[in-house]
Amino acid sequence: MAVDFKENEDLVEEVLSVYSEKAKKNRKVHFGINDKENCGSCVTKSNMKSLPGVMTPRGCAYAGSKGVVWGPVKDVINISHGPIGCGMYSWGTRRNLANGEIGVESFVPFQFTTDFRERDIVFGGDKKLEQAIKELHELFPTAKGMVVESECPIGLIGDDIEAVAKKTSDEFGIPVIPVRCEGFRGVSQSLGHHIANDSIRDFVVGKGEVDDSKKTPYDVAILGDYNIGGDVWASMKIFEEMGLNVVTHWSGDGSIEEMKITHKVSYNLLHCYRSMNYIARHFEEAYGIPWVEYNFFGPTKIKESIRNIAKLFDENIQEKSEKVIKAYEPKMQEVIDKYRPRLEGKKVMILVGGLRPRHIVGAYEDLGMKVVSTAYEFAHSDDYERTTKELEDGTIITDDLNEYEFVELAKKLKPDLVASGIKEKYIFQKMGIPFRQMHSWDYSGPYHGYDGFEIFARDMDLAVNSPSWKLVKPLWKK
Amino acid sequence: MRQVAIYGKGGIGKSTTTQNSLAALAELGKKVMLVGCDPKSDSTRLLLGGKCQETVLNSVREVGQENVTEEDVFRIGFGGIRCVESGGPEPGVGCAGRGIITSITTLEQLGSYERELDYVFYDVLGDVVCGGFAMPIREGYAKEIYIVCSGELMALYAANNICKGVLKFANSGGVRVGGLICNSRNVDNEREMVAEFAKKLGTQMIQFIPRDNIVQRAEIKKQTVIEYDKDCSQADVYRQLARNIEDNDMFIIPKPMTMQDLEDHMMRFGFMEEYERTTSKKNLATA
Repeated sequence: MAVDFKENEDLVEEVLSVYSEKAKKNRKVHFGINDKENCGSCVTKSNMKSLPGVMTPRGCAYAGSKGVVWGPVKDVINISHGPIGCGMYSWGTRRNLANGEIGVESFVPFQFTTDFRERDIVFGGDKKLEQAIKELHELFPTAKGMVVESECPIGLIGDDIEAVAKKTSDEFGIPVIPVRCEGFRGVSQSLGHHIANDSIRDFVVGKGEVDDSKKTPYDVAILGDYNIGGDVWASMKIFEEMGLNVVTHWSGDGSIEEMKITHKVSYNLLHCYRSMNYIARHFEEAYGIPWVEYNFFGPTKIKESIRNIAKLFDENIQEKSEKVIKAYEPKMQEVIDKYRPRLEGKKVMILVGGLRPRHIVGAYEDLGMKVVSTAYEFAHSDDYERTTKELEDGTIITDDLNEYEFVELAKKLKPDLVASGIKEKYIFQKMGIPFRQMHSWDYSGPYHGYDGFEIFARDMDLAVNSPSWKLVKPLWKK
Repeated sequence: MRQVAIYGKGGIGKSTTTQNSLAALAELGKKVMLVGCDPKSDSTRLLLGGKCQETVLNSVREVGQENVTEEDVFRIGFGGIRCVESGGPEPGVGCAGRGIITSITTLEQLGSYERELDYVFYDVLGDVVCGGFAMPIREGYAKEIYIVCSGELMALYAANNICKGVLKFANSGGVRVGGLICNSRNVDNEREMVAEFAKKLGTQMIQFIPRDNIVQRAEIKKQTVIEYDKDCSQADVYRQLARNIEDNDMFIIPKPMTMQDLEDHMMRFGFMEEYERTTSKKNLATA
């Protein structure tokens, strides 16, 4: 099928036409039409300051550090250091599930904050932080560490959280990790991922000991899987069936104790490149551990990924891997046979964060659906390098897509499904367009692995083919 | 009620000059309130005969902003002057700028400004380093600014910077510069230099305070000069300053100088003779 680039270019031009000259010039470089021949970073400009005045979907560095990277680690206590709001509204994270007795082995469902008041701003909050850590250590003696996440005012008043962390860490004999993730730093949550990765590098990596006799060549670590709705568990099942020994998973259902021994694994398997490539590179540089990216959305990509990973190991693993692929094939075919006829040719628009704007494309294609536009909130050029080859030519790719542009694009592309976040959900549903939240799987999941695909397919079918949509008419059908 | 703020380079003698002139204003029978806006809380020491122990921010910290009372934080000093110290964090922690904001809103809440007063004075720390220290002028708590300076370049540089700060809020807050107070450091041509500098800013040198060791002696005794030796000539200088402030009717929006203009000004007054001598020698040599 010949791709009509011109048509999509015109369409983008039309969406941007309401902007002033300056705003239009700013936003235009964040729009691209996919061309597999072209270089990925040429598609759009990225990781730049959002345009003032638009409704950007982006978060902040605190969101990246606390909400994404550190939040899911179950055996540490996360302390939101600053006024109450940031802590309160990041409570519950992204449904990062975790095993273990709550309050003993898992602290994920809790939220702790130093609840800054006027006097803490004026006189500094370090004493209060110290007190909080002391009380938390008394209340929860089994916590394996504390992570102090700075909110904006901490950076303004220069609270010395590093000194408090060092003092309390020495006193209680557990790691207390200061994270300088003040929200105003950087252009999006992306810097928060980096800051959190750096804090892990400085305070966690290499701190644990392993009995070398227990080491096997098949020891691997999963990086960048946050166990949303149980994703890690679905992925681990596959790795274990392949004969690999998953030593640790970062950071969904994760444990700081396991993170401390990650430097002993043979390979790092990286799912969310954006949020954990930093630490993967560190392991490579400091410990010579190679890392490989994989994609566990949809059977086609899972198969590719299993084979890619198996190539790193011996015949034994490769054989087992083929068996895994074969074993799941009938079940996957069954899922596809069931849902594909109901979803064939349906159009999807995507706007999400880290890895999904490219990683879930394959899963939709397995169901016969067509991704007509995809957008990242906070990607960098290396993400776009990885994106172009995953998409059909002519697909619209956008960076930091804002509310207005998203809605206008949807009016023109007339998707059958929008896959994005909670902030976008109700706008599109009110427009009569089926919607799935792809940040937290809309209270469902897992979506990773073979088990996840079945749920993914069911959820997409539920959204697209729900009879309720017949009762709402989108604007252009009136 | 006239609302006055005193600004100036750190260490220039703001607090000393302010307290001495307030003592003189009190002598004139004026009802005066002094708000010290320096985290070191040493703006009222000479009037109170010792450093104030209870600051507004201390009380806010201990009992909460809504529970602070006037009795907690106000002390009556020399000549019936109502003294209050904002206070602030230890050096190196917290946010002193936010402290000023908190402290002034606390006073507002207490109704301290609703009393029968002729003057409220704010003695503000050093430069206007951040938004907090601009609070008195930004929110219109102070309407007249007097800048303490000397003939030294950095003092004039700071004064010029403070004018930039005033200019920023002059239109929104209605704040005006009332004059420069020259606290002499015995610099060459000091009186002329500062007077000319003031003229260039569009304002006046409202008082020239000669250097006199009696000020230091009074300070060691924790007293203003007027209290320490009411008949000395330095006491009369402060009385003159108080009268000049009382009678002042020159309130202007300043015209800050560029750094180059300021340096040229210094060159002209600072060591013109030296400058001419060396340059003419050089000219002769090259000729």
